[in-house]
Amino acid sequence: MKEKEPLLEVRHLKKYFPAAGGATVKAVDDVSFTIYKGETLGMVGESGCGKTTCGRTAMGVYPKSGGEALFDGRDVHKLRGADKLAFSRRAQIIFQDPYASLNPRMTVADIIAEGIDIHGLAQNHAQRTERVYELLNMVGLNKEHANRFAHEFSGGQRQRIGIARAFAVNPDFIMCDEPISALDVSIQAQIVNLLVKLQREMGLTYLFIAHDLAMVKHISDRIAVMYLGTLVELTESERLYDKPLHPYTQALLSAIPIPDPEIELTRERIRLEGDIPSPVDPPPGCRFAGRCSRTCARCRRETPALREVEPGHFVACHLV
Amino acid sequence: MGEKLLQVQDLRVSYHTYAGEVQSVRGVSFAVEKGETLAIVGESGCGKSVTAKSIMGLIQDPGEIKPGSRILYEGRDILKMKKREWRAYRGEQCAMIFQDALTSLDPTMRVGKQIAETLRVHGRAGKAEAAEKAVELLRRVGIPNPERRAQEFPHQFSGGMRQRAMIATALACDPKLLIADEPTTALDVTIQAQIIDLMKQLQRELGAAIVLITHDLGVVAGIAKHICVMYSGKIVERGTSAELFYHPRHPYTWALLKAVPRLDLKNKQELATIEGTPPDLLSPPAGCPFCTRCRYCMPVCKEEMPPDTDFGGGHQAACWLHDPRAPKVDAPFVVRKEAGGI
Repeated sequence: MKEKEPLLEVRHLKKYFPAAGGATVKAVDDVSFTIYKGETLGMVGESGCGKTTCGRTAMGVYPKSGGEALFDGRDVHKLRGADKLAFSRRAQIIFQDPYASLNPRMTVADIIAEGIDIHGLAQNHAQRTERVYELLNMVGLNKEHANRFAHEFSGGQRQRIGIARAFAVNPDFIMCDEPISALDVSIQAQIVNLLVKLQREMGLTYLFIAHDLAMVKHISDRIAVMYLGTLVELTESERLYDKPLHPYTQALLSAIPIPDPEIELTRERIRLEGDIPSPVDPPPGCRFAGRCSRTCARCRRETPALREVEPGHFVACHLV
Repeated sequence: MGEKLLQVQDLRVSYHTYAGEVQSVRGVSFAVEKGETLAIVGESGCGKSVTAKSIMGLIQDPGEIKPGSRILYEGRDILKMKKREWRAYRGEQCAMIFQDALTSLDPTMRVGKQIAETLRVHGRAGKAEAAEKAVELLRRVGIPNPERRAQEFPHQFSGGMRQRAMIATALACDPKLLIADEPTTALDVTIQAQIIDLMKQLQRELGAAIVLITHDLGVVAGIAKHICVMYSGKIVERGTSAELFYHPRHPYTWALLKAVPRLDLKNKQELATIEGTPPDLLSPPAGCPFCTRCRYCMPVCKEEMPPDTDFGGGHQAACWLHDPRAPKVDAPFVVRKEAGGI
């Protein structure tokens, strides 16, 4: 394997939101990870754990509260003017909700070509139209679809339009924010196959955010597990599933339903009681301590740091 | 064989739209035994939710249940019931859990009051007693601090708790039949596992039958006794859970099983998909509805709907491949029993 070259480096990134009564929501609290060129980093966690906020802050969509995010060595949050425009061409987002993320008053061609227009990637109208047709074809739609509106399409087709829009400006990096959660199982497989194929053809780098662990394992080279604003485990995807070390990762994996009645009826689940706690002014110590079956006094006192327990395997737990 | 609680016979439901008549459900028959769990599995738009709504009497204009359809609950045809009888049936005998708990709960009413309302409407309890029982129900579905939670509004609940609150509402009058329409689809895996466990536990305690409607075969494996696979308004395969997972007979079931992401697949290996889209039910095809997407399609498939072939033990599939004249085709894969485990 070639020397790994970092594309996006996130260091001690923090994102706090003010809440009612002077409290603070610590949505992302001291998160660090690196995404290397050409790889897919999966990010998993329950709803409300801050994975989308983390991705969006790292992309410069939200202003940060602390730390930094470096894209190709430059601080995303300090880019201005032409540099910022160039960054927005190189890094794109595919959104979760294919219904809310497409403007209902624009035709598909205008939705897809918006980035092309902004970045001046087409010389003339004919070239722009040509590019739109090419993109539609690439994502498995056809050129008759160009003059229609978003409401005329099914969920899977809309998600394809969202993908075409992201690819229109030849990006290097795409953040896929739960691109398949709103879709049927058979359609999910189609979209994932499409993303994998496009990555292979164009050498793209993905940050793939999802809560469906089986799908994440399939698409990712490495996976980061997030819990309540912090990373609890980060390693290669095969290793994470073979040998999860953090108790939260273990519980998350054991909750995946298996399409096999005999296994389902006999296996022991690690049950997680209750819901994810509130990120408003979280107590000191490990954030998972309240739901963990192995909590000790130290967990409630000290916040565990993310450390490398074996090469390439990072865990934040006192007990490992 | 247990006693039949619900029998659906040749159910046909159409929606009258500007474009014409959309035949959402095209002759569906199945039976639910007392205390068992039956799962109906299929893609969006296959008619599974319309089937569920028919059982609850929730089909409204422009929808129409076609003459000749029969839904027998304990032997009585509910489609012939009068308005008063409907009120006694709905909620007391049969209750429904919807997919989207946030839109199904009243945002302006305290959760405890919504549950108590069900009890009051059905004359099961007076005001004070109903409020007490509502708290009891919330405790039963595993909501911590039920006294305090009963005084809160749905928006103060998390997704999993809302789903629990809705289950509590459904259970208020001890129904014998519970219809769950995609109850876990909007939830995280961990919460999904909790809700499925809760449903299993409540079924053991209360002995209610459950009709579980979902597109996720993974969810079904741990809870269903029988499974019906629906496609474009018809049941294409039915059987016990073990039969369907280990010896599936219909190409659509094969495709569905293959599309489920499994943990034992190699990284980035291409996933099996079902190419194409289901047929337009404005003008449903004369032949097998799956034939345009089926890799085993034969000329006869396009012309005539295949009959159900019986494999014994209630396992049936509607596919011409099982006709004695058809070429022998093996299932493209065998679902290994040891596969997929962690």
